[in-house]
Amino acid sequence: MESLSQIVQLIFSGLTIGSIYALIAMGFVITYNITGVLNFAQGEFAMLGALVCVSAVGAGLPYGVAIIISILVVVLIAGLFERIAIYPARHSSVPTLIIITIGVAIAFRGIALFIWGTEPHMLRPLTDGQPFSISGAIIQQQSVWAIGVSLLSLVAMYLFFEKTFVGKAVIACVVNRFAARLMGIRPEKMSFLSISVSGGLGAIAGIIIAPISGASYNMGLMLGMKAFIAAVIGGLSNAPAAILGAMIIGLLESFTEGLWTTGFKDAVSFGVLLLVLFLLPNGIFAKSSGKRV
Amino acid sequence: MKTGIDLLYNRSLKGPLLLLAILLVLPIVIPSPYVHGMMVLVGLYTIVGTGLSMLMGYAGQISLGHAAFYGMGAYMSAICTVKLGWPALAGILAGILVAIVIAYIIGVPALKLTEHYLGLATLGFGVIIFIFFKQLKSVTGGLDGFSGIPALNVFGIEFVTDMDYYYLVWPLVLCGILFARNVIQSRVGRALRSIHGSEVASNAIGVNSQTYKLQVFMMSAAYAAVAGSLYAHYITFISPQLFEATASINFLIMVIIGGVANIWGPLVGAMAFVFLSEGLKEVIPMVISNAGGEFEIVFFGILLVALLIYMPEGLLPSLQKLVGKQFGTKKAKPVAATPVVTASAEQAETPVRMAGGDK
Repeated sequence: MESLSQIVQLIFSGLTIGSIYALIAMGFVITYNITGVLNFAQGEFAMLGALVCVSAVGAGLPYGVAIIISILVVVLIAGLFERIAIYPARHSSVPTLIIITIGVAIAFRGIALFIWGTEPHMLRPLTDGQPFSISGAIIQQQSVWAIGVSLLSLVAMYLFFEKTFVGKAVIACVVNRFAARLMGIRPEKMSFLSISVSGGLGAIAGIIIAPISGASYNMGLMLGMKAFIAAVIGGLSNAPAAILGAMIIGLLESFTEGLWTTGFKDAVSFGVLLLVLFLLPNGIFAKSSGKRV
Repeated sequence: MKTGIDLLYNRSLKGPLLLLAILLVLPIVIPSPYVHGMMVLVGLYTIVGTGLSMLMGYAGQISLGHAAFYGMGAYMSAICTVKLGWPALAGILAGILVAIVIAYIIGVPALKLTEHYLGLATLGFGVIIFIFFKQLKSVTGGLDGFSGIPALNVFGIEFVTDMDYYYLVWPLVLCGILFARNVIQSRVGRALRSIHGSEVASNAIGVNSQTYKLQVFMMSAAYAAVAGSLYAHYITFISPQLFEATASINFLIMVIIGGVANIWGPLVGAMAFVFLSEGLKEVIPMVISNAGGEFEIVFFGILLVALLIYMPEGLLPSLQKLVGKQFGTKKAKPVAATPVVTASAEQAETPVRMAGGDK
């Protein structure tokens, strides 16, 4: 029984962290497919979302309002980032674009360090209920929120892309940029839109994780890199696969941590990244040909 | 045939001699140990940067994990001298060897990847190596770091002060640059540039791009390991945080600020990086009272983005253009006298403009 409860516990914490990664990985996939940019600043959106929310709550705003404001702020920042950094460099080579997004990530980190300092901030949980137990495992309410909210956001994303006109226009750009332009869709506009949306997704992820592991200026790097791994496992172009990849990484980490050692948790994730890149560069679910010349 | 070789090999010693002169005069003009210390760091970063510039600027392959090789050099030196009692030189050689072997092992699968995927793979590799530095406590000392690394002692000559290291590091920088220049201007260099232009096309005309990429990757790893070893002996204390992903990115920043496809670019970049960050550490607390010591990273982030958008070739080519305009009349004569050689020299120094043009 002891081991069963432990396993349930590990599964739950794996899914919690996995759903956070899923939200950020979703942002990667959207951005990558529309702009061709692997946005290394994606994790920083989560950091900004969490810290803006901390400040908004600290300023005495009601929790719900604070969340909405911080998501909007990050969406705005992401949009500005697209206009200022990505748009003028859209014809540059891949290494240049990678380094531009790294530069932006560094700048965001520095600005956050300046505003919020080095010490981690805690955000109170969305609901202050007691943790409950499922077959002996203690589950925090915030974990349920994390999984629920990210599932909800992902469903909302799905509906946006499949059912709305704008969403379909974005997808059209993913499928064939040139043809989309011929149909009167402006890829530049879609690029702006996609990065803004991924900013929003990142912000939600940050706000959800802040009550669980705190919010600090340097949380974005690791979150971003883990979400990368998730997206790469999924093949970088397939959103549902990226979500599955995120869950795999979350579970893998929680089990490594629970059953083996905390120290090598990240090494395991990055080991998986290397294995997938070397053996299945198109992701574990893809059959089509990818870039591996 | 003679002119054909001249076209390819720029054996002009003007640049190296100028640098040598500046280096010899500098300690006399500025006798501050603080500046000498910074110059040692500039030298070490230039060594790493020269290797990276061969890999990125010429062969067109990105690496986001070079701090790992830098760290391998540093840790091998520390372990060999402190734990095994080997002479310093043996430790340095061991570091180079380990870096080359690991670069080979990781390079074979990684260099088959392109663009973003290669960036991700090298980033992941860097993170894994960092975790090993952190976790293998019995060997590396873990997060507490590795202290008590002896000062460098080569054939009875002891290097202790900043000045000693200044005179040790800079000749090595010069050798590193000259060696890299020879490689770049040889047949190998042409192959690398063709890979940068188009890998498929290079393969089609008979360039074994995989082998060349692997060789240049191993070479850049060796450069990083040399610098890491010297750094360990110079600072005498190392800890894993020095070799984090951030450090890899800093190397990248330096190379790009300076000019990635220019043999002197890493030197300019390292100098700009070190002196800017030191300067900002002094200036920022004066302007913004409650700013922490790490605040200069905002500046670097913004500088990097602005530079890449408005000056994608880096500082050096732009500086050269500026200087060229200033001294335009002076330089006009030699150009007219030996048009072939001068044109070739310029071509050899800025290959990316040709390679990047068709992108």
